[in-house]
Order: sequence, then structure tokens, then C-alpha cells
Amino acid sequence: MSAHLGVRNTGDNFSAQQIAQNFDDLHPPLNAERASTEATRCLFCYDAPCVTACPTEIDIPKFIGQIATQNLPGAARTILSANIMGGTCARACPTEILCEQKCVLVKGEGAPINISALQRHAVDPIIMADGAHPFARAAETGKKIAIIGAGPAGLACAHALAVLGHQVQIFEAKTKPGGLNEYGLAAYKMADDFAAKEVEFILGIGGISIEYGKVFGRDFTLADLQETFDAVFLGIGLGQANQMSIEGENLTGVQDALQFIADLRQTADKSTLKIGKNVIVIGGGNTAIDAAIQAKRLGASEVHLVYRRGFAQMGATEWEQDLAKTNDVIFHQWAKPLKIEGESQVQSMRFERTKLIDGKLLGAGETFALSADQVLVAIGQNLDAGGLGALEIKRGKVMVGADGQASLPGVFAGGDCIQSGEDLTVQAVQDGKIAAAGIHAFLGGANG
Amino acid sequence: MADLRCSIAGIESINPFWLASAPPTDKKYNVERAFAAGWGGVVWKTLGEDPPVVNVTSRYGVHKDTGRGILGMNNIELISDRPLEISLREIEQVRKEWPDRIIIGSMMAPVEEELWKELAIKIANSGVHGIELNLGCPHGMCERGMGSAIGQVPELVENTTRWVREVVDIPVFTKLTPNTTDILLPAEAAMAGGAHAVALINTVNSVIGVDLDIMAPNPVLDGKGTHGGYCGSAVKPIALHMVAEIARNAATRNLDISAIGGITTWRDAAEFIALGANALQVCTAAMLYGFRIIEDLNDGLSDFMDQKGYRSISDFRGLAVPNTVNWNDLNMNYDLKAKIDPDTCIECGRCHIACEDTSHQAILMEIKVDGSRKFTVIDNECVGCNLCQMVCPVPDCITMEPVKNGLPYVTWPDHPKNLMKAKE
Repeated sequence: MSAHLGVRNTGDNFSAQQIAQNFDDLHPPLNAERASTEATRCLFCYDAPCVTACPTEIDIPKFIGQIATQNLPGAARTILSANIMGGTCARACPTEILCEQKCVLVKGEGAPINISALQRHAVDPIIMADGAHPFARAAETGKKIAIIGAGPAGLACAHALAVLGHQVQIFEAKTKPGGLNEYGLAAYKMADDFAAKEVEFILGIGGISIEYGKVFGRDFTLADLQETFDAVFLGIGLGQANQMSIEGENLTGVQDALQFIADLRQTADKSTLKIGKNVIVIGGGNTAIDAAIQAKRLGASEVHLVYRRGFAQMGATEWEQDLAKTNDVIFHQWAKPLKIEGESQVQSMRFERTKLIDGKLLGAGETFALSADQVLVAIGQNLDAGGLGALEIKRGKVMVGADGQASLPGVFAGGDCIQSGEDLTVQAVQDGKIAAAGIHAFLGGANG
Repeated sequence: MADLRCSIAGIESINPFWLASAPPTDKKYNVERAFAAGWGGVVWKTLGEDPPVVNVTSRYGVHKDTGRGILGMNNIELISDRPLEISLREIEQVRKEWPDRIIIGSMMAPVEEELWKELAIKIANSGVHGIELNLGCPHGMCERGMGSAIGQVPELVENTTRWVREVVDIPVFTKLTPNTTDILLPAEAAMAGGAHAVALINTVNSVIGVDLDIMAPNPVLDGKGTHGGYCGSAVKPIALHMVAEIARNAATRNLDISAIGGITTWRDAAEFIALGANALQVCTAAMLYGFRIIEDLNDGLSDFMDQKGYRSISDFRGLAVPNTVNWNDLNMNYDLKAKIDPDTCIECGRCHIACEDTSHQAILMEIKVDGSRKFTVIDNECVGCNLCQMVCPVPDCITMEPVKNGLPYVTWPDHPKNLMKAKE
């Protein structure tokens, strides 16, 4: 792994300048020469495996070919017509388990095309520019659609509906749009306020308005929306953090990792943030990794990531795990939280070793403790069903059909609140696209 | 290390690689650098009578692939723009300082016997090993009645060659233009004029590209452009063909050939030699990469010869000539089928779509349960065209396998479906 991907420190306080540098772009953009060289490596496969591996089915060989012929606006249109959040996906997608994993050059040359970097090269100029939006709206249909949540699913759905000529009203609980793109991804993946810029770009299509500070279930219900709108899309994500349900969980210094990341993302001068000396991160997903690396980059002396199973079972990809290791995050596998110890402030945390017996994860009896003044919990989120009323929910997810329609007619859903693919931006965008087509059809529009 | 010495028109060279008449050979400084790098000889940039020509700025244009690869370039430079006397004195000096290297003097003059003879004598007196007649330059000079304007008229090719032969006693190379319909006509004319060797090809007339902002052909000079001479890798196939035509033509097969045209690698060199070239001239590759390319040209050619057991250039010179035949001499019964090695296939699908869209629908694509793809040749549909093998990015993954059909060698003139034959 390249040296610049790792930040190593001895626990001494970072200067404000060093911290700012620590949260710079993880992967600096390609320059034109590098992009050209990489683009010409592409074999332009027929029915390319990378395309089928992309949840949004971006025509990857086509856009790479357009980069090769120096048709960057065309490349951007190819990407954005399949995935309006191509910019975020270029930064945050775990391409090592998606398009790049399927690149035939993995077998051919031992290394895939750097698809994400090329995608960023293509879309950034158009997203960062103040120029004309690359898509035009169809004639007004007079139909109004309510969308709950201005996250990736909601925004993708909104954009697709706006293109079709519908009016979209988004209700967002927070004060900013973007959902997890704005609040939940590591800062070094979304440098230079990219999430906000991308949303501004998406809204450039017109026909979409957003009301902020509107909390679903508190300020309005599904029934309210069904009355005033022609259709409703739920892009509410998973609003509640899972609990460990152990002793000491309420001690000062114990925090939801997503909240930690959100605070970090919303603080311009990250040197003003407090970080523990010894930080424990609980969990094995990408959020756990993002939290652990960022804790380290804020200046924690030691960051311990504790996961109840092994590396192979982690939700975080191998690449993400390696990134954490490169950043001196200390991994502890096969250990589950027993209790958090301390007076009012967390002082240490005790774990029990685990083992797999007949496919079941069991405590092995042996325990150990790690001292800590901060504990970040990243063990997933669950659906906040408040406000959903009679909508059918199974295994903590809103049930939808192939067109994204939930159990009530005219109510659609997508993103993390439904069971589609992985809980990733790229999947949420696809869910939003599918639901937009579903809504359009529901409202009597022609398919396609 | 194989013996790379070669002989052409009676001239012995330490290796077959000479720099062609062009900017790299315009003056002593460059030529000495070339000799220091290891080049066997140079053809000095074409000299004309004083006053020397005046060149323009913006002289070269490029044809690239979508990456950084240069497929070819063209130029609108004229012949040497230095005073004749300076060039001749420099030639004399270099001849003395590099006694084992070859210098050929290239020349050009208006179509007047006296002018050709006077200039040829002056150049011969500088001590060159031979004289090359530039009858090929397709830009600028041809507008003044020289270069390709001479090379395109066999009678003038013969006359100019004869004029030079009559006044010098060193070997005469007639350099041919490819901007003609049948290369054998000027080649035979050169022979009739007494040429010891022909040198070919000169550059191909071309417009290298259009500047879409200025709306003028490249290279653009003050808003205008003109056609120029195309060279580099892209012209190699044209040159190979013309060299082969001369080498296999009964009237010219004993004519020595100094082959020119896109030679970039030792492999290119070996191909020209296999088609009958006695020696080689290189320009564009040196202009793009510098004189040091001579190291691998020599080294690679030597390795190739060692591997094949050729001890000298003459051991394999012309070996491909008897196998270069007319279409009518090809075996109509020969049958090839493509075969795809599933173990090395990386599933890109390029073979499938090339065949499906543009050829014979002979490659089946099957998608397996796990999403992987399997590509199989449908033998009955495959016409053995090689397209799939060419587009396949994996070396040796697709092979063209001869079918053992036991049928005799039958050419088109003898083929049962040939109606002309049936009438006999």
C-alpha cells in the first residue's frame, strides 16, 4: 500500500496543519496524462464484467473510451446517466469488491483498471463546474412526489423523477442534504466538501425542493404525505444505532461511531476536535474502519479495533482493513465486549475471547481488558419504524417489489431501509433509480 | 553474437543500420553522435546546388493512437538548408574521423543533366561511399519539379540515374517514392539507368491531421498547412510490400535494396531483410527516441539470428521472398480454424463481438451460472480470418489451427468453382 495512504504518529499532538493534511484527499485525482495512460490500458470488453458488477450498471468501457478520446463531457454523461452520484461513488465505492474485482485485467495483468480514479477524472470537472447541468427536464407532468430523506437514495430518486418532469419535495430531518455522504463517510474520502457540491449539482436539474429539519414520525406521517402527494418515496435509511447492551455503555467517552464521524465531517477545523489517547472501536464494517483511521489521524496514541469474528468475516473489505493497518490501527479479532469500566468516564473495556463452534459464535471464557478513554461503537444501525404505520416490514427492512413499491400503493422505498444489495451509496442510487421508474409507471408514465 | 556485417552495392558496412537522409544527418555534430552510438552508416541529408533552400518553422505533424503512442509523423521540411560547401567539408572530416562508417551523399537537382552531373561530382569528391538520388520528396521540392516529381516519371528516374552513373565511379542508389501506382516501373527504370541499388520507400504523401480549432491541416503555419511526407511505424507495411515486389520481380530481383520505412525494432529490420533487403535505413524511430535505439536494433537482430542459427545477414536475406506470391498462387484448400484456450482466456469478449458484429458469427458466448463467460469457436462458421486472434489481448490464447483435410494444393486458376477455368 502506498506510503501516502498511511499516517503514522507517536502519540504526540499533531499540529493543526498536520491534522488538516491528515484529512486531505486519500486518493489525489489523476492528472490528464495518468488518466490517458490508464484509460488506454482498458480492453473495452464486450458486455464487460465490470459493468455487471456495478449496482448502477455504469457503461464503464464506454466512459473509459471517452476519456481515451478526450471526450470528458461525454464520459461524465455516460457515468451520470447511470449514476447521478458517480462522484461520491468514485470516492467511496469499495471497487475492490465491485467493478475492479471483475476487471478482466486482474487475470490478464494482475492489476485492474483504476476505474474509480478514471470515473472521478470524468465527473469532477462537470460537478465542480458552474456550467449547465448535463441533463434536461422533460415537460412538467403536474405530478408531485414526496421524498423522505435527502440521502443518496432520496436524491437519486428525486433527480430521476425531476428528469421525467415531475415535481419533487424532499423532507430531510437534518440541516444539510446528502445523508451518509455528508455525515457518514470518512472525511479523507470526501475532501473539499464534495458531498455538498454534488448535491448542489444534482439539484441543478430543477424541480426539486428540500425542507430541512422535518423529522419523519415527529413532524409528519406517511398518511399526511399520501394525502397531498401523488406518490411517496422513503429513503429514510437506518436511523437508530445498534446497542451493545452491556454494562458501562452510558459512561462518558462511549459514543456511536457514526456520530463521531458526523461530528468530524461537520467540523471545518478538525484540530478543535477532542480525541482520546487510547481509543477502542467496536465493529468490523467500513464504519468501524473509517472511525478507527480517523481517530488515529486526529492524534489518538493507540486505536484498537475489536471485532467479535475474524478478518475474513469483516464487513470491511480487505483493502479497508489494510488501510487501517497501514495507519497503525491495532486489530483484535475473535473478541466480544463484556463491559465498559470507569467511574463516570470510561477507563477501560473488558472483552471475552470468542470462537466458532458448529457455526455458532460462542464465548471462550478467557477475558482481557484494554485501557481506553474513548470507545466508538460501530455495530450497525437499525430501521426506525416510527411513522411507517402499517407498512410491511420484515427483518428490520421495508419490503418492496421489483419496482421499489412497498406494501402500500404509491409508496416506494430504497436505500439502506430496504433489503437490496450492500448498504452502499451505489446501491442506494440504484434503488432510487428503480423507484423513480416505478413511480413514473405508477403515475401512468411510459416506461423508459 | 551473430555477424551483423552487411554488403550493399559493393559497400561493406559494420551493421545494416544506416540513418536515412533526413534531419538527423544534416550536419557533422549529429552524424558523429550517431556513429558514437553505433550506427553503421548515414545517408547525409539531401544536398542541392547553392543557394540552399529556406525552410519554414513548424515542420512536423504527428499521428498518435489514443494514448501516447506515435503511429506515424509527417514533415514538410525541404532538403538541407545549409550552404553546400559547409556540408561537403563536414562530410570530408567525418569520413576521416570515422573510417569504418559509411556515408552516402544524397542529392537532388532540377531535371537538367549538367546540374545533376556537376553536383554528383562535387559530392563524390567529398569522399562519400556512394550517392543516393532523392527522387521521392513529396512536398515542397516536387512543386519545383524535383523529388517525387522526378520519381513518379520512370523516364526521368532512368535519366537522372544514368547522368550520375556517367560521372562518378562510386555506387549509385536511386531512392524511390511510394507515391506511385506500381513501384516496379520506377525500380526497373532505375535499373535501366544503371543504379547499383534502390532505396525505398521515401515518405508517403499525407495530410497528417486537421487542427479543429484553427481549421487547417497540421502542421499549421500561420493558419495554413500543406501535405507532407508520412513516415514512421504506420508506413512499414507499405514499404514491406514495395520491397517485396522488387525482390520477387524477375527483372529487378538482383537489384540491391536499401530498405526504408518505419523500421523501429530489430523485428522490423529482420522482416525487411527476410523480404530481400541488403541493408536498412532508419529515421523516424531515431527522431522519436534518439540514436541509442541502435543498441537494441543490433542486439535484438543478433539474438534473433543466433536463435535461428543464421550466422550472417545473407543467411536469411530474402528467405521470405519465394513465399511472397500472388493471390492466385494461394492454396484454396488450406483450412484454418480459430481455437480459444479457456485456461488463458480472461473473458473480455473482444473476439466474440468482433466476430459477431463484423465477421462470421463464429464465436459463441455462454454465460455460466457464476457469471463467468465461456467463448467457443463454432468450427462450421469459422472462416479462419484471424480477426479474433488479432483482437485478443492475451498472447497465444487464440491460435489458428490448420485443419488436416487431406486436400491437395489447389489455386484459384485451377479451382472447380472458377468459371473461367470451367470454360476451358
